[in-house]
Amino acid sequence: MQMINNEKVKKRILRRLASNKFFKWLFIAATGLALLTLAVLLIRIVTQGASSLDWNFMTSFASRRAEDAGIKSAFVGTIWLMVVTAPIAFTLGVGTAIYLEEYAKKGKFTSLIQMNIANLAGVPSIVFGLLGLTIFVRELGLGRSVLAGGLTMSLLILPIIVVASQEAIRAVPGHLREGSFAMGATKWQTIIRIVIPSALPGILTGNILALSRAVGETAPLIMIGALTYIAFLPENLMSQFTVMPIQIFNWTGRPQEAFQAVAAAGIIVLMIMLIIMNSIAVYIRNKFTKRY
Amino acid sequence: MSSKTVREMIEENKSSKTNFRGVTEKVMPKFLLLCAIISVLTTFGIVFTLIFETFNFFSKVSFLEFITSPDWYPMHSNASFGIRPLILGTLTIAAIAILVALPLGLAAAIFLSEYASDRMRRIVKPVLEVLAGVPTIVYGFFALTFVTPLLQNIIPGLSIYNALSPGIVVGVMIIPMIASLSEDAMSAVPNAIREGAYAMGATKFEVAIKVVFPAALSGIIASIVLAISRAIGETMIVTVAGGANPTSAIDITNAIQTMTAYIVQISLGDAGYGTTAYYSIYAVGMTLFVFTLIMNLAAYFISRKFREVY
Repeated sequence: MQMINNEKVKKRILRRLASNKFFKWLFIAATGLALLTLAVLLIRIVTQGASSLDWNFMTSFASRRAEDAGIKSAFVGTIWLMVVTAPIAFTLGVGTAIYLEEYAKKGKFTSLIQMNIANLAGVPSIVFGLLGLTIFVRELGLGRSVLAGGLTMSLLILPIIVVASQEAIRAVPGHLREGSFAMGATKWQTIIRIVIPSALPGILTGNILALSRAVGETAPLIMIGALTYIAFLPENLMSQFTVMPIQIFNWTGRPQEAFQAVAAAGIIVLMIMLIIMNSIAVYIRNKFTKRY
Repeated sequence: MSSKTVREMIEENKSSKTNFRGVTEKVMPKFLLLCAIISVLTTFGIVFTLIFETFNFFSKVSFLEFITSPDWYPMHSNASFGIRPLILGTLTIAAIAILVALPLGLAAAIFLSEYASDRMRRIVKPVLEVLAGVPTIVYGFFALTFVTPLLQNIIPGLSIYNALSPGIVVGVMIIPMIASLSEDAMSAVPNAIREGAYAMGATKFEVAIKVVFPAALSGIIASIVLAISRAIGETMIVTVAGGANPTSAIDITNAIQTMTAYIVQISLGDAGYGTTAYYSIYAVGMTLFVFTLIMNLAAYFISRKFREVY
């Protein structure tokens, strides 16, 4: 009769336990390494850019001399771009989400739209730039304007907004809708008075996060031809403009060492703006989202 | 005092507001449908723009040259348009990126899903996802001014513009994509299966690798495919730190050029409107679009088709 070899079993268990422990620490180390990279990135940029970051930097235009260079036109340009992008993207994105969740019947056409949105989310941003360059700048004759940039960015962030809004609308429980219908409300009244208010925190969070993506994008706007050197502020929708990421890109490409500090200072401004936007989004989500 | 039945009141109410309300009820769905159609039109816009302008390009340059010529010299007097160097540059970056992101991303996913406490996960996961939210121009700056000098200390022959540094940084950028999506897939594996394995005496590591990992494989593969697609489409990091040297000789210590970086280079003003080089960005864009589309569709179907249902 075969007996269990206790020695052997014990050895094997020890080995398995040892590898268990080893891999646990390996996994922790890997996660730690990823987090460490983020920390190094942030610390590095702050130490590089802090010395150039002052009030002058915020209120000066771009300059050929590093010590005079400022981010004013790019900062204002970014705000302009947001103001143009937000309402267009919001209307289209939330509209699409409402249609898909509340009106669309399940079928080929609906799943085509749904798959199309999933795919659009994966299209490289530079391809949106090619689209914007061809359609908005050239075909529609908008030129290298804030409007052309805003329209391009709206299409770029559209899929993010649609998906986020759909999730928010889907989370509104059916009995709220039924209650509204039972009181004699029409479909649109139910949507606009019951569904949207309940889903609004989620929708807003998604929109702000999507907008922060637009604020950080560079490539599509380079395609559109947002200028890299601009010493005036946009005056209307048809004005030429630049944005912070493009200004940073321009500074990064300069051979002079001093411009690296300027670029880092620009990055700090950009990152602070993104952090504020993300914090607002997280705050809205945590504070106002209702759980049913 | 006039008395009315409820029915009469309803009728009266209806007729007084019928016009406005009726119109809204009819118009709004149409307006919303229009919004939804615009997203489809965007796709058509992209596809038709690319096809149309690519067609223009191929009326000047033969398709055969595009796919077989080994050289990409768009600005030469004796121009040559062979896409191969750009594709190789793109794939080099994607390969380096995935070599960095795959082990780190998967390890982070396993840690978050199997080892970390709830509290830990709630803190670490969003922080990790910040990596995906950092603007790519910031990564580009980081690659050029930090990673490249650091690597130059280790590899003396490394040129300022090279494939290695942006490749690594693109890898860092896509870590959260693999980590987060794989973690979602692994968390979705029901606990009963884990407990079954524990009951058989398996260690935590064995449960993670031999039970949870295979069960979540479709989601994990989909996340990897999406991450590769993202690496292929990444633009600013490779533009800033990768250089502008389309070459078929794969040498990660030297400058390369990716498809995306080429498009940026041309649109920064190296080629005038209407020149062959100008149209070439559409042909390159088309190639890029096809690459990413195939990968995105693959990820979409992998996660649908091979999903284990419990």
